[in-house]
Amino acid sequence: MPSPSPEASPRTWFISGGRAAFSIPGLILSSAFVGFAGLAKAAGLTLWQTVFMVGVVWALPAKVVLVGAILSGSSVFAAAFAVALSSIRLMPMVVALVPEMRSPRTPKWTLYVLSHFVAVTSWVLAMDRLRHVPRDMRTTYYAGLGGTLVLANMFLTGIVFLLADSFPPMLMAGLLLLTPIYFLTSLWGSARERAGHLAMVFGIVLGPIVHLFAPGFDLLIAGATGGVGAWAIHHARARRWAA
Amino acid sequence: MTFEAFDTWWWPYIFILVAGWLATDAWRFMGVYLGGRIAEDSEILVLVRCVATALVAAVIGNLIVFPSGELANTSLVLRVGAVAAGFAAYLIFRKRVLVGILVAEIVLLTGIALS
Repeated sequence: MPSPSPEASPRTWFISGGRAAFSIPGLILSSAFVGFAGLAKAAGLTLWQTVFMVGVVWALPAKVVLVGAILSGSSVFAAAFAVALSSIRLMPMVVALVPEMRSPRTPKWTLYVLSHFVAVTSWVLAMDRLRHVPRDMRTTYYAGLGGTLVLANMFLTGIVFLLADSFPPMLMAGLLLLTPIYFLTSLWGSARERAGHLAMVFGIVLGPIVHLFAPGFDLLIAGATGGVGAWAIHHARARRWAA
Repeated sequence: MTFEAFDTWWWPYIFILVAGWLATDAWRFMGVYLGGRIAEDSEILVLVRCVATALVAAVIGNLIVFPSGELANTSLVLRVGAVAAGFAAYLIFRKRVLVGILVAEIVLLTGIALS
């Protein structure tokens, strides 16, 4: 990909970051937001609630968990707990991104504001591309990239939400299948350890089973038992190999 | 205090802010605060990633088994079959997410058309 010359203006770098949003990872992400619009509508959210959620939460797994909690009739506290559990990984992602992005002159508040754009896609793109951006232009570049991704997908989600009423039932069913298949594949690909794959298998089976008995707490129970179980098995195996 | 607990226009937005914005940006801000002080491969982070992964997977499972809207009018066998076919295609075609999505959608839509 051609990038601007190192002496280019901040504006040029900002635009260059924004253009990186229109790439294959960006396209795949937007297909997931098309699915999310259908999911939010089916869950009974209004247009503005949906667009608001895209802007303030941004990370798609967190939003899907949030809508899942709303569908299960969870209280705001149980929902917050489930979303927080699903989003802890944002912390190490930011921890990894900050040293890539900051220069000695970067103010702290800039990093706090930009951290809001961190979610899987923008993070993967940033970790890949920031190396080719001069250090004092990296926050500008990421502001262009992250800001464009968030705004474009808020817009896209709103449009699909409005159009969904005129979709034939078959197309609507297809729209609602986008979220599960997108996450099933992308989550599998992003799991770094074998334990992550095991955790996925446990979670996908336990979720619906626990839902039958404790609908308001299904995500928390399935996530905690599935996750800890996968980690424990992974750990026991690693120890056996080491011995 | 569920999403539909209060009959006001602002309650859903408070719900989204507390359970959505606060529950995600708190982690992002903590990441900035901690800077480079945590190793990516520390054991506690492996555990954290496992729980987060299982939680999102539980949502996926629920969306397939207990779907909402138009998808609820399809049979469980068709939904599981479509997702399984998509996932298999994803694994076979060198982990291309787009291939997985396309195959799952084709199987689902063909199944609906034939029923």
